Amino acid sequence: MINQPNDMMFRVFIRLIAIIVVTFSIYLFFSGHNAPGGGFIGGLMTAIAILVMYLVFGTKTMNAALPFNYPYMMSIGLLVAAGTGIISVAFGYPYLKQFFDYFQIPIFGEVELTTALIFDLGVYLLVVGSAMTFILSIVEDDS
Amino acid sequence: MTILHLAVLAPFLFAILVPFLFKYFRKVHTGWFVLFVPLILFIYFLSYISVTSDGQAVMQRMEWVPSLGINFDLYVDGLSLLFALLITGIGTLVILYSIFYLAGKEERLNHFYVYIMLFMGAMLGVVLSDNIIVLYVFWEITSISSSLLISYWYAKKASVYGAQKSMYITVFGGLSMLGGFSLLYVMAETFSIREMIGNADLILNHDLFLAAMILVLLGAFTKSAQFPFHIWLPDAMEAPTPVSAYLHSATMVKAGIYLVARLTPVFAGGAEWFWIITAAGIFTMAWGAISAVRQKDLKAILAFSTVSQLGMIMSLLGAGSAAFYYMDGDNALYTTAILAAVFHLINHATFKGSLFMVAGIIDHETGTRDIRKLGGLMTIMPITATISVIGLAAMAGLPPFNGFLSKELFFTGITNVAQYDMWNGDTIGMLLPVIAWIASIFTFAYSAIIFFRTFRGKFKPDMLPVKEVHEAPAGLLISPIVLVAAVLMISFFPNILAYSIIEPAMMSILPGILGEGSNFYVDIYHWHGINLELMMTLGAVIIGTIIYVTMNKWSKLGIYQNEQDIMTTVYDNGYDALIKGSQVLTRIQMTGMLRDYIVYMVIFIVLIMFYTMFRFEGFQISMENASEIGIFMYLILAALVITIMLLPRVNNRMTAIILAGFVGFLVAFIFTVFRAPDLALTQLMVETVSVILFMAVFYHLPNLTKDNIAPLTKAINIVVAGSAGLMVALVSMSAFTYGQTTPFDAISEYFIENSVELAGGYNMVNVVLVDFRGLDTMLELLVLGIAALGAISMIKLKVKEDDDV
Repeated sequence: MINQPNDMMFRVFIRLIAIIVVTFSIYLFFSGHNAPGGGFIGGLMTAIAILVMYLVFGTKTMNAALPFNYPYMMSIGLLVAAGTGIISVAFGYPYLKQFFDYFQIPIFGEVELTTALIFDLGVYLLVVGSAMTFILSIVEDDS
Repeated sequence: MTILHLAVLAPFLFAILVPFLFKYFRKVHTGWFVLFVPLILFIYFLSYISVTSDGQAVMQRMEWVPSLGINFDLYVDGLSLLFALLITGIGTLVILYSIFYLAGKEERLNHFYVYIMLFMGAMLGVVLSDNIIVLYVFWEITSISSSLLISYWYAKKASVYGAQKSMYITVFGGLSMLGGFSLLYVMAETFSIREMIGNADLILNHDLFLAAMILVLLGAFTKSAQFPFHIWLPDAMEAPTPVSAYLHSATMVKAGIYLVARLTPVFAGGAEWFWIITAAGIFTMAWGAISAVRQKDLKAILAFSTVSQLGMIMSLLGAGSAAFYYMDGDNALYTTAILAAVFHLINHATFKGSLFMVAGIIDHETGTRDIRKLGGLMTIMPITATISVIGLAAMAGLPPFNGFLSKELFFTGITNVAQYDMWNGDTIGMLLPVIAWIASIFTFAYSAIIFFRTFRGKFKPDMLPVKEVHEAPAGLLISPIVLVAAVLMISFFPNILAYSIIEPAMMSILPGILGEGSNFYVDIYHWHGINLELMMTLGAVIIGTIIYVTMNKWSKLGIYQNEQDIMTTVYDNGYDALIKGSQVLTRIQMTGMLRDYIVYMVIFIVLIMFYTMFRFEGFQISMENASEIGIFMYLILAALVITIMLLPRVNNRMTAIILAGFVGFLVAFIFTVFRAPDLALTQLMVETVSVILFMAVFYHLPNLTKDNIAPLTKAINIVVAGSAGLMVALVSMSAFTYGQTTPFDAISEYFIENSVELAGGYNMVNVVLVDFRGLDTMLELLVLGIAALGAISMIKLKVKEDDDV
């Protein structure tokens, strides 16, 4: 990928920007249930942050810095999403029935916890994994 | 879930264990573990004899999809028990045999026994299911496991060819059968065979009767290798011999027979059922017997012989269906054919099973199955020779063996047709015994060929690939000896199974036509006096002998030299034509140009939308209640239109990418204006990702060149694009009007009301995604994952030019 020596500003700022983007994407992921966001959007935004870093630092550096196996991440995501459904079957409910309740947690106060969030985590992982798989496999193609 | 259900599922469950047993107990042959499954099941099913021999049946219900009437109902009566015992009994012997047959270190036993277990469970499911949909599912699993077993030695080209052929033909039949089953459901309004038999009158007088019958028979005929679908069976002989003995002679190929027998009470009573089955069966019998004589491979002879014998049983089931026309079960004139069918089914499993195992032994010890290379094995392999003599004599129908008994009954059953005073039984029906007799001449001839060519004659050690030929090890001999013992047992005590197995099976095939308190006439004995049947046997032996003796003369004929079945030629040519035809069709549409694909898709979508809207008078446009469009919207739209108009005129790729991205961001902007933040966010993300992707691959892309597109193509593109836009606009305006004029609540109302209450989330879009429509999301995830894997396999795992995909 592009890896020119004279992109100092870009290299410095991208670290900062990437952290902000990833943080925001995690926020979007968690806020999804009650505000705009969710696993799909959060996942895409995380993927964008990683991709921008790939653009700046090049494939070699990034593969060493973030040694994720994205196809694995994809399958883990799918397993998580499918797995939450099976839990409800185990308790005698239909497949993929979601539950929620409100809990008092120190610092955060009253918090709603849902099984849908775990399902959404699966969505998140799969979206990050597949977006990265797609683009990296196209990019790493040398021929 | 009852023990009976567990019995059907046991082989499937055990199949999961097989790979682990293979991996962790390498020192013990995996077959020894597997052996217990059919053995235990056999003993278990034996316990049902006491129930069925009284004419009773057991029905166990387990709900699967009760809302559609599809339940995993198992039904054990005389007929299904007979098959269950065959499957588990022969299964035990075959697995025992396979332990010694597949003794090599490099055999992939984990695969082999998983397939065998799959097959065994599926076959038990086929014969025990009362629900035809469940039966269909199991039926297809038998087809699949059979193909997998045929291609067990997949490095051989012939194995793969045979596996494909059997798969195509049996799955074609299976799908036709599913169609027939659906029609049966339409007619009888039930998926249960029991209830269908109860509603047989409804079915018999329905318009769809004949269509349903032919479709179901296609399934039965393809599975049971009836002409012209028999061609897959000889090619299935590429499978390891235990498989041939088990699937392709004793059990799976009899699934079609089972289906015909099982549905006899539903369909029988008409001339169509009678003639289709009898004619197909008797023709197959003759075709198989004559083809068998032409073969040079031991297993091929046995395969065609199986085809022939299956045809014989099939024709008997057809002839016996007349009993339903007369509703007279007491008269042996009509029921003898069914008796012969059931009896021969058992006999065939015993003698053909042993013969296949013998063929396997000869192959194993000498390295060849070609009768031109074999000879003189009598003194070298005396035990094998003895087993073969008994098996072959039974197959040829020589007294006193069980094959003789069932063949006499067969002749009786078939000649009886001439005495039916309807359906042309007394005119065309006269042909049936003649064809049957010709077939048995050739049956005798090929039995003689097998024996004399392998065991007598001169021993030709220089033609064999193996240096030293000796008798097979004891382990290989156990199973055929057990089967031959069964042959002898039935031969000398023919009524040993009469009341426990045969009569209950007949009662299931012909229910409700017996007089009060009477039984079927089941008494099998050797000497009937000098009658027509005995003369037919005698004639067959004499002419068969003549054919064998003169073999040296006619074996020079072209018809003997070229052993390929005519139907195989038809199949091969048809297969090639299909491939070529679909290639031509594919080349027309697969141009490799993304632009063309989009044109096809858009045209299709527009046409189908237009048709639907037109057909259901969906175009109603009234903009009365529409809100004002603000100046802001006009500006965005103007920007959008201008950008899009500019796009095709750009010569620089970078500019084009930026413009395309701009369009996407404008759309996101529109979403924001219409207060759809989730949609807008997603659109933004997707746009960003695609721009990044473009930037990343920019380096690889060629310069944007101005193609010279023909004016006609341009015009077509404009029309297609314009009509798509117009269509979408019209449909959305109609939808708006429809929502205004009709009192239906929009679906969204439900989600608006319930998303907080039922799912605890204020973001309705997300709640719909993860909760209300969670299954959709999950399947979409699956699609996304598969697409990503597709990208990997397309880009990273490159196929070289000359590689086959």
